[in-house]
Amino acid sequence: MANLPRDAGKEAVAAKGWLRANKWLLLRRLSQIGIILAFGLGPWFGVWLVKGNLSYSLTLETLPLTDPYVLLQALMGGVVPETIALVGVAIVVLFYSLVGGRVYCSWVCPVNLVTDTAGWLRRKLGLRGSSQTPRSTRYWILGLTFVLSAITGSIVWELVNPVTITVRALLFGVGLAWILILAIFLFDLFVARDGWCGHYCPVGAFYSLMSTWAPLRVVADKRDACDDCMDCFNVCPEPQVIRPALKGAEKGIGPVITANQCTNCGRCIDVCAKDVFRFGSRYARNPVIGAKAPDPLSTTGS
Amino acid sequence: MAEKDTKHKGISRRQFLSTTLKTACSVGLMGVGLGFYAQRANALPPLAIRPPGALPEEEFLSACIRCGLCVRDCPYDILYLGQLGDDIPTGSPYFIARTGPCEMCEDIPCVKACPTNALDHSLTNIEDARMGLAVVVDQENCIAFQGLRCEVCFNICPIRGKAITLDYQPNKRTGKHALFIPVVHSDACTGCGLCEKACILEVAAIKVFPIHMAKGELGHHYRFGWKEKEKAGKSLVTPDIEHQYNLPEGVRYELQGEGLIIEQKAQAPADSPFPANPLDTLNRKREGQ
Repeated sequence: MANLPRDAGKEAVAAKGWLRANKWLLLRRLSQIGIILAFGLGPWFGVWLVKGNLSYSLTLETLPLTDPYVLLQALMGGVVPETIALVGVAIVVLFYSLVGGRVYCSWVCPVNLVTDTAGWLRRKLGLRGSSQTPRSTRYWILGLTFVLSAITGSIVWELVNPVTITVRALLFGVGLAWILILAIFLFDLFVARDGWCGHYCPVGAFYSLMSTWAPLRVVADKRDACDDCMDCFNVCPEPQVIRPALKGAEKGIGPVITANQCTNCGRCIDVCAKDVFRFGSRYARNPVIGAKAPDPLSTTGS
Repeated sequence: MAEKDTKHKGISRRQFLSTTLKTACSVGLMGVGLGFYAQRANALPPLAIRPPGALPEEEFLSACIRCGLCVRDCPYDILYLGQLGDDIPTGSPYFIARTGPCEMCEDIPCVKACPTNALDHSLTNIEDARMGLAVVVDQENCIAFQGLRCEVCFNICPIRGKAITLDYQPNKRTGKHALFIPVVHSDACTGCGLCEKACILEVAAIKVFPIHMAKGELGHHYRFGWKEKEKAGKSLVTPDIEHQYNLPEGVRYELQGEGLIIEQKAQAPADSPFPANPLDTLNRKREGQ
């Protein structure tokens, strides 16, 4: 029996307790706020742990971290960066290739706090209906930002990028950034479910490319226990990624969520009263722990 | 093939093409809008000066990844990042000379902090920086032009005596004093803006502008004769011939000397109807009129 979107997670709280039913959400908020705090310690309190922002940062004057997306746009304009920036890119790409690129979206990006709040309010208010923009739009915009960078010879997306604008608003001064953030909030609340992050943001689109081979995945290893309550679909920012793993047993599709749009936010793990999901590795010989061994005769696919 | 697609993906080729086309068109439209916005948004207002070592503006905008490390490493906290709603390209660093000029640190920490060379690391001597160029824009209000002693810009200049010199000119109002006119020299001025900050007027009479706004450019075909002559070591056209004045005997003319010179030794014969001094003849005629 399907639950209403506004009731998503209630069963899980009843079954597992509030803390376990919000475990990954709390950890994620801790990570997001912690990162902003780490950046903010300097400008707000004069304690300089991390300098810079999400485009490029230097931690304790030694560890460089560079956003590969913005640096790639700069390279389109023919820039020869310093070695330290390239080291920063290597570290970032390596990290996200292991944990999944869109971990950036759900565990780091401050705009996620805004769009998650909008999504939560949307569920609570029972707002239905959403614009029908395809989710592939973000990849088109991603391509567009590179083309524009090459044509104009300037990093065009950085003029409007809500992600970096939000970070800079917190660390370097707000300006009119709040208008942009409010606009995204209202858009996600009233116009489109998961509107910005799920359909338009080219930063998320870029980072999803690094998810393609990432080993860390959400695995629906107890999918047999699924009672079709729909809670995971209701809270997931990219619900299309769940279906193959959760409902694909008959078609011979494995229980690993392989789609690179999955943000590894773990919210599906939280809200499932039946503990269908868990974090696992996509390359494990048998990622399905505690489930029946796959029977080659029962699969109907080729 | 259309059948195959239908079977596998559950949507027809027509649907696929129409969705793709729609998305491509809307994103394309957005690109056009963004492109035009970028053209306007990337124009830097004249009073916003880039940090030392900044590449030429167009290159700078493709190289700067807006991380703000130059802002953080500036010991005088003069640098800001453009905010949404400012006239300055979002997230790019600048300073306003009137409120916070560049103090010209010898170790140039802002340049060292830049990870992408948007602030060029080949700049190692701060005196080679060319952030902009100071211009005495308002000669009507600069009190030096009124004959008052000020020279604050001249004295505050970190490249004192080279970037700004004082040009002494006669004070025509009093007829006996001098004007101490500040003159900026582009071969030494770094555009740090200390002079603009220090200018004692309500609104500075000396301002730092981006170099492309402050400087004119000579026609490429222009050649200054005297410079060419100096370079070649001789006149490049027909050698100068001294001018021959057609004057009466005993009189010469020095153009850049005393002017008309009458040689005293020239004595006219006693019986001559003409006086010894040829000017007498001329003057006599005038008196007769």
